[in-house]
Amino acid sequence: MLSDITIGQFFPGNSIIHRLDPRIKLVLLLSFIVFIFITGNYFSLSFIFIFVLSVVIMSGVALKMYLKSLKAIVYIVLFTSVINLLYGRGEPIAQLGILKVTVSGINNAVFVFIRIVSLILISSVLTYTTSPTQLTDGMERLMSPLKVFKIQVHEIAMMMTIALRFIPTLLDETEKIMNAQKARGASMDSGNVIQRIKAFIPVLVPLLVSSFRRAYELATAMECRCYHGGDGRTRMKSLHLKKADYISSAVCVIAFCGVVALNIILPAAER
Amino acid sequence: MSLLEVKNLTYSYGVGTPFEKKALDNVSVNINAGEFIGVIGHTGSGKSTLMQMLNGLLKPERGQVFLNGNDINAPKNNIRNIRFKVGLVFQYPEHQLFDDTVRKDISFGPRNMGLSEEEIDERVISAAEFVGLKRELLDKSPFELSGGEKRRAAIAGVISMEPDIIIFDEPTAGLDPNGRNYLLERINDYHKTKGKTVILVSHSMEDIAKYAQKVLVLNKGRIEMFDETKIVFSQVEKLDSMGLRVPQITYIMNKLKEYGYDVSGGVLTVEEAYKELNRLLCRKRGEKC
Ligand SMILES: Nc1ncnc2c1ncn2[C@@H]1O[C@H](COP(=O)(O)OP(=O)(O)OP(=O)(O)O)[C@@H](O)[C@H]1O
Ligand SMILES: [Mg+2]
Repeated sequence: MLSDITIGQFFPGNSIIHRLDPRIKLVLLLSFIVFIFITGNYFSLSFIFIFVLSVVIMSGVALKMYLKSLKAIVYIVLFTSVINLLYGRGEPIAQLGILKVTVSGINNAVFVFIRIVSLILISSVLTYTTSPTQLTDGMERLMSPLKVFKIQVHEIAMMMTIALRFIPTLLDETEKIMNAQKARGASMDSGNVIQRIKAFIPVLVPLLVSSFRRAYELATAMECRCYHGGDGRTRMKSLHLKKADYISSAVCVIAFCGVVALNIILPAAER
Repeated sequence: MSLLEVKNLTYSYGVGTPFEKKALDNVSVNINAGEFIGVIGHTGSGKSTLMQMLNGLLKPERGQVFLNGNDINAPKNNIRNIRFKVGLVFQYPEHQLFDDTVRKDISFGPRNMGLSEEEIDERVISAAEFVGLKRELLDKSPFELSGGEKRRAAIAGVISMEPDIIIFDEPTAGLDPNGRNYLLERINDYHKTKGKTVILVSHSMEDIAKYAQKVLVLNKGRIEMFDETKIVFSQVEKLDSMGLRVPQITYIMNKLKEYGYDVSGGVLTVEEAYKELNRLLCRKRGEKC
């Protein structure tokens, strides 16, 4: 059950996407999100969707893992699509009581569906191919201009690293404690809502206790290694842009131009 | 009929992910009522996995576990009732303490069994007594106890269910020598006085040799040996090849025998060795002992 959670999961590999600089990946992800949303007709929409799919394939991570991340939000996607389908403007082409389906409704539904799926896929590419350390490293570097405003960028990044690092550990721990309580006859999955919430107390209390213990231990360990925050810290692995980074950025920029061009040249879908 | 019968058990972790790992491979074993079984094996050999299958915490990928001839994973069986009969004390059990007093924490199991308040009270007190937890500690918060006391409280929480079979997964990890001996003696007592079946997982060959009647050796998810303690610990080379060893005193006595001294082989405990050596010395001095 708990093993189905894929948040923050990273699949080590050696694909071209794995080797890209995390800063480039982050910037490209943000631009992808923007361009996924400015698509205005089916041509630009399918163009960017196909582009996303090729990135997914190039990442070399099993497609099953992407399906798993889509499965997690399948209901939200379907729900929003159906709502969009039923609330279109214009002449209905089919009607059932107060529910009517219009051309713009269908268009909206398809757009929402493809956009959300592309969004999830492209963000999964980032988390699946970038180790948490690289990811937060990239964020820290990208956010470093904010230091001017006295924002403690390094500390924020460090907190994020630690949080990501401890997700699997805590899931593991939860499973262990649940098993220990089940061995004493606790039942987690029967009874009404109140009983179920109550049944979780024997799990939550030890989990909280052990999180605090881990936090103290980690803090001590960091101090023992003379960790002192961001000022004056140098890095073991500093980030350098390589040829692959420039090439992939160029490819994406061209693709984004393509999206804009398709939007302008071809007529917009009726919305 | 054996009390607990394990048949062709196979189990893998992380099925369908890149991290799939076979932890148990076609394991079969029979355990009779009243036995004290020691379980040894290299780290990662599947000991904890097997133990969690004996009370249905993990569902077999293939194979069955029978308790008194009933398949514990059959849908008609209520798995909770199985867990009251097969008690499992996890490694570092003190990490599962949660309630605001030790008394309430120990009563968690008996209360889940649906016993009456008087009976729960009785069981809590006798379980606490059994593990050597002082009365006045019962109304303290479990988080105020020392490490060793926490361990005892957690173990009392399983003993209070009075299971027919009780499994201890490395119960002495992280305890001081006195705490270890005390705990093991209590476990041994539980076996002797109540006649219950005990399964003890341990990395200490000395402890296993001292208490277990039979030893189960796991290696890479398979059962390599399951026999009387003496017979298992006589196969020094075989154990060596699995990264295990026999008790140190056994090595010494085997060496002495190799050098031609008249001692019996297969000595497993220091007490036995003391007797043997004493006998040897007496004979040498020409005395009678
Ligand atoms: N929750 C889990 N997820 C994935 N793999 C696991 C999990 N628990 C155990 N394993 C793997 O299964 C195998 C058997 O583990 P198990 O815990 O049964 O070993 P063990 O004999 O109890 O070892 P130890 O002596 O270290 O406690 C190991 O290779 C381990 O890596
Ligand atoms: Mg173990």
